[in-house]
Amino acid sequence: MALLEVKDLEVEFPLGRITLQAIRKVSFSLEKGERLGIVGESGAGKSVAAFSILNLLSRPGRISGGEILFEGDDISKFDDRQMRSIRGNRISMIFQDPMMTLNPVLTVATQMIECLKAHRKISKKEAWDISVSKLKEVMIPSPEERMESYPHELSGGMRQRVVIAMALLTDPEIIIADEPTTALDVTIQAEIMVLMLDLCKSNNVGLILITHDLAVVSQVTERIMVMYAGRVVEEGGTKEVITNPKHPYTRGLLKALPQENTAGSRLNQIRGTMPSLNALPKGCAFNPRCDFATKECHQVVPKLEGRDGHNTACIHLEKIPSFKSELGNQ
Amino acid sequence: MTGSSDTPLVNILNVEKTFGDGGGFLSTAQPIVKALNNVSLSIEKGDSFCLVGESGCGKSTLARTVIGLNPPSKGEIHYQGTRIDSLSAKERQPFKRKMQMIFQNPYASLNPRMTVAQILEEPLKIHEKGMSKGAIKQKVEEVMVSVGNDPAWGPRYPHEFSGGQRQRISIARALMLDPEFVVADEPISALDVSIQAQVLNVMMDAQEKRNLTYLFITHDLSIVEHFGSKVAVMYLGTVCELADVKDLFDAPRHPYTQALLSAIPKMDGSGVNHIKMSGEVPTAMDLPSGCVFHPRCPYANERCRRDIPTLADNGNTKTACFAVEEGRV
Repeated sequence: MALLEVKDLEVEFPLGRITLQAIRKVSFSLEKGERLGIVGESGAGKSVAAFSILNLLSRPGRISGGEILFEGDDISKFDDRQMRSIRGNRISMIFQDPMMTLNPVLTVATQMIECLKAHRKISKKEAWDISVSKLKEVMIPSPEERMESYPHELSGGMRQRVVIAMALLTDPEIIIADEPTTALDVTIQAEIMVLMLDLCKSNNVGLILITHDLAVVSQVTERIMVMYAGRVVEEGGTKEVITNPKHPYTRGLLKALPQENTAGSRLNQIRGTMPSLNALPKGCAFNPRCDFATKECHQVVPKLEGRDGHNTACIHLEKIPSFKSELGNQ
Repeated sequence: MTGSSDTPLVNILNVEKTFGDGGGFLSTAQPIVKALNNVSLSIEKGDSFCLVGESGCGKSTLARTVIGLNPPSKGEIHYQGTRIDSLSAKERQPFKRKMQMIFQNPYASLNPRMTVAQILEEPLKIHEKGMSKGAIKQKVEEVMVSVGNDPAWGPRYPHEFSGGQRQRISIARALMLDPEFVVADEPISALDVSIQAQVLNVMMDAQEKRNLTYLFITHDLSIVEHFGSKVAVMYLGTVCELADVKDLFDAPRHPYTQALLSAIPKMDGSGVNHIKMSGEVPTAMDLPSGCVFHPRCPYANERCRRDIPTLADNGNTKTACFAVEEGRV
């Protein structure tokens, strides 16, 4: 049994007369210690999918279908009290902007100890010691002194380290990280990514990494899930999907990045923009932007299927040339 | 066109920029932030000159200083041989139309109360006083089409458009007066990957058709490699390396450039393998003595802590580093 199993998840946002379906029939699972990347552009539903695991959907969003099994229990049916024993304890979360995550008027120590005492029956002294050891783990220099700091006294990279240390406080089984390095500079991003990778490996913690950066995903995760307009369009081993993408959208994303030895030439763009959720095209949501679309694509929603754990939701797979030959032809 | 062929289009000479006055008589002390220290660059016609560096290194300040949004505290800025930083607003007017700017956030840089047509007509109404209504309308349409926008967008408001479309409207606004020189401050970093490609293509098309010169500010080095012709790497208000893009990516010389390039995430399966720098970027309020990079540099010695290096020719690149000069890197 997988540690976390999401089955046919549906999330909707009822907004007066209309209801937006943000997530449609999304399924994925995570084994203990596994690292999964969820990629896609803004509005694809990747954050909503991850937030719904911890029931952190902002109102009026709600899970309208499917199951979220954590060690076999459907946590989507849990009430607030039951959820609190999971959220921030066994599954913790790292958000994009560390300044928004940390309380600006409390010291690092107050926030870390508060978090520990909410989940464990321990003394303040013990909580302090655990907090310091976690700050050491994320390589914060002179952790005892930093415990007394306020968030504004730390740099962006240091703040994100503190947030990671807080996520690790209760030795969770899974960490969900939503764009954890997007707000950081490239050199700091590299440091934080190495740190997260090492910590997940050494503590055998599962990671769900949400990002729009394919390069970051390829460095950190073992499996990858590509989302478009609320559905999963492709999933598989990270290396396999990056080197041999099958879905036209995944290919479009990869081709839009500057390639080697093509300096100065035009980049490959995906035409158009992602449709808004209240005006999704019929059939495959990608069809207006797809070079391979036919009449059939406007009628059926393609199923996610494939072999050897590499699944794609596209009915024209056999028509699409291999990615390498296509790149070579340009 | 004035200026001889060997005059660079834009010449930045020993520019310094400080913010804050250090506190005067009877006022509370305001710390002085040294945002730019002795920066000299020259941008040739047709260049796609890229400025890279991390947050707080002064790249945006430099761009704003060149375009005239911040006057420099010291130093000179020349445009085709004419000094422009000391001109009055009126004397500067003819230069303003030749130099335009595209901002980072297309949600903030377009006035939400103006229609797209009003936004695009405004520069013509200011700089082309005699232009007829028909001619203005025609010009707006022509520029809209050239950046891939539907001319029928005219009566609509910015909030009706997506980020990529808005950024194309900002590009159209910058192109309305047929400028020679466009400063683009992180024009694509607020956009999604597939939209980044669209906007970058529009900018490359415009350069080709209109013979533009770009000063392009970004923190995304893979974009620099693709788009740029020359690149200046900045650290804490100082230019530490200046080179042709190809030379810089083939063989970065300055220790900071090396660390920066190694931190670009790659997709070739090599994993994360970057050069670790010790410590953090110091604040610009309290610059280190000597070379600003020395507290984090693995090659730093006594001389680096004491003297400030200047940009010097070094093979194909210019570097400001004693360690490179002395062959210690």
